Amino acid sequence: MKPKFRALLLAATAGTLLLSSASACGSGDAAETGGKVELTFWSWVPGIDKVVAQWNTAHPDIHVTVSKQAQGDEEVTKVLTAHKAGNPPDLFQAEYQALPTLVSNGAAADLTKHAGDAKSKFAPGVWSTITLGTDAVYAIPQDSGPMMLYYRADLFKDLGLQVPTTWDEFAQVAKQVKQKDPKRRLTTFSAGDPGWFAGLAQQAGAQWFGVSGDTWSVHVDDPATRKLADYWSGLVAAGDVDSQPMYTPEWNKALNDGTLIAWPSAVWGPGVLAGNAPDTAGKWAIAELPQWTAGEHKTGSWGGSSTAVAAKSKHIAQATQFAVWLNTDPAAVTGLITEGGIYPAATAAQSGGALAKPPAFFSNQPEFYTLAQQFAGTAAGVTWGPNVNVTYATYKDAFAKAITGRTAFGPAVDQMQKATVDDLKKNGFKVSG
Amino acid sequence: MTRRPTRTAPARVPYAFLSPAIVLFAVFMVVPIGYTVYLSLRRAKVTGLGLGAAARSESFAGLANYRAVLDDDEFWRSAVRVLIYGGLLVPTMLGLALLFALLLDLPRARARRFSRIAIFLPYAVPAVIASLMWGFIYLPSVGPGQWLLVQAGGDPVNLLGPTSIYFSIANIAVWGGTGFNMIVIYTALRAVPTEMYEAARLDGATEAQIAWRIKIPMLMPALIMTFVFSLIATLQVFSEPTTLRPLTNALPSNWTPLMKIYQDAFARDDIHSAAAASVVLALVTLVFSFGFLQLVQRRAFGSEQ
Repeated sequence: MKPKFRALLLAATAGTLLLSSASACGSGDAAETGGKVELTFWSWVPGIDKVVAQWNTAHPDIHVTVSKQAQGDEEVTKVLTAHKAGNPPDLFQAEYQALPTLVSNGAAADLTKHAGDAKSKFAPGVWSTITLGTDAVYAIPQDSGPMMLYYRADLFKDLGLQVPTTWDEFAQVAKQVKQKDPKRRLTTFSAGDPGWFAGLAQQAGAQWFGVSGDTWSVHVDDPATRKLADYWSGLVAAGDVDSQPMYTPEWNKALNDGTLIAWPSAVWGPGVLAGNAPDTAGKWAIAELPQWTAGEHKTGSWGGSSTAVAAKSKHIAQATQFAVWLNTDPAAVTGLITEGGIYPAATAAQSGGALAKPPAFFSNQPEFYTLAQQFAGTAAGVTWGPNVNVTYATYKDAFAKAITGRTAFGPAVDQMQKATVDDLKKNGFKVSG
Repeated sequence: MTRRPTRTAPARVPYAFLSPAIVLFAVFMVVPIGYTVYLSLRRAKVTGLGLGAAARSESFAGLANYRAVLDDDEFWRSAVRVLIYGGLLVPTMLGLALLFALLLDLPRARARRFSRIAIFLPYAVPAVIASLMWGFIYLPSVGPGQWLLVQAGGDPVNLLGPTSIYFSIANIAVWGGTGFNMIVIYTALRAVPTEMYEAARLDGATEAQIAWRIKIPMLMPALIMTFVFSLIATLQVFSEPTTLRPLTNALPSNWTPLMKIYQDAFARDDIHSAAAASVVLALVTLVFSFGFLQLVQRRAFGSEQ
């Protein structure tokens, strides 16, 4: 789902590390009391406790307790620590790119036996992210983040700009924005958000990881990613786009006061804009992400997460039953959409119902979710590798260095490839490429 | 002979008093340090795809993790960055602390209590909160100082650039650390017998001469202690750069040694390399602080022996 302002969370990291042992202890005593199964569930989705309450009412024999967690990497660290300590939560929220890390550490269980026909409820591209290219089922998909272009409809009109449909046009529009108003930029290239870059790379046709037999293949430096890196390298070097990281007070202000007027982002964007650029309500619109070849319709995914079951849980069957219900039951998914603001991964939930009306921030664009569903259908499938954390960490350092050093982005892609492969080899994984 | 029972019983009493401290020290210092050393000598090994429960095993690695740390250019580069940072921070912070302490100790100083608390107060602000606040101030379009600069017709200054970041981070540490060091120095200053000042004044010494000839030499032990504390804090700097990192492209994840250790342990899931680097950092800290103490001990504490 959404990346977050990591700085704030770091404040709590030391504390959460200590607390993880405490809260994990709570799950250790998940013993049956009179045939009743007690499950613990770590998640960061806002309001998910209300959805879980529905389950608890309907299933008196399986009681689920939600424990709110920090989003993203911090939670992965906590789950791994709790797993090593022997008392993980029964269920936990897992971002797609973190799933292989969790699986390779033995923290996430294979749910194949208990998942039933869950597979039929999801698009093949989504389902492939939780099988990791094998026959196993390592989690039940919850939400997805198909990417699209957010732009300030009012400012595009005022400045006389056309909404770009290809990346070539996007580059031209970037130049026009700078010419028409030297204070404004079309968008920013963020070295702080590897998930964003990964989504754009998927659209360009990149497939960073793959599995064949018992060997991983790594192609972070494939031609598609290079093309993408060179493209943004040119825009940044010419000063046509900004290069400040996203999710900073500076960035918020730039979105809010119209210094930045477009944002290639994902379907969960309205929540971010509403929180970070509140003055711009009703001024944004979405369009398909610009294409590399005119006439194509492709996009990538930024974020998205699933519900995984701990390998050390004593109640894997019941936990899987809950995970399938949470992410496919119409009432549960409606709850996730209205309470948690997620964009559901389950195919049936992507139209009508809770998504009939646009988000309040986009009241000017009634067809918001109709378009979103259309874009979601064109999202490329992804296989993530077991050390995406290393790839992502290297992205941040290498691209930030290229931006501050005013050098080309190509070598940064090489560094990502090398760091990923070196780390896999060092750990003993079989790697090719 | 008759004294024996009365001699053995009290012999246990000191240990009874010591035991809480010893138990706490063992549980929260000795055991974690021992475990860190143990972890640093091991490695995780994966077979094949690394999926499935039995795919990951732990084995003895000997000194391989240590060799990797010592061979790692990035680790030493981060150490050099920390030295530059320390070179900016420590003299500025201790210089200001000493200056404030001496000013507060002047007979004519007014509002002494208020000034002392005002200078000390930033120390009570946690480093993460201080860094968030300063980060906000540094950013070009939201910082009030930058705003004034623009109003005055200037251009905003990049305070988060690759070079300026050293000053920006040192500034946060100076802001937060000066008060604490000032209190330590000021307390030591109050312990100086006042007869010395009277004697000096009778001899016609000015306040500046008293400060230079009497106060500062008498403060040597306190200055050395604050220097060693600052040195250790500098080598382990973490919160400030980590908190500022999302705001700028100028701070890599391994800007300081401790950031690299954190990155290894929690972003790369390589707890073993992180443990080895921690041990190396601890040893370097130990060598630096003890080496310095050894160097200055005779000069500073010689008179006491």
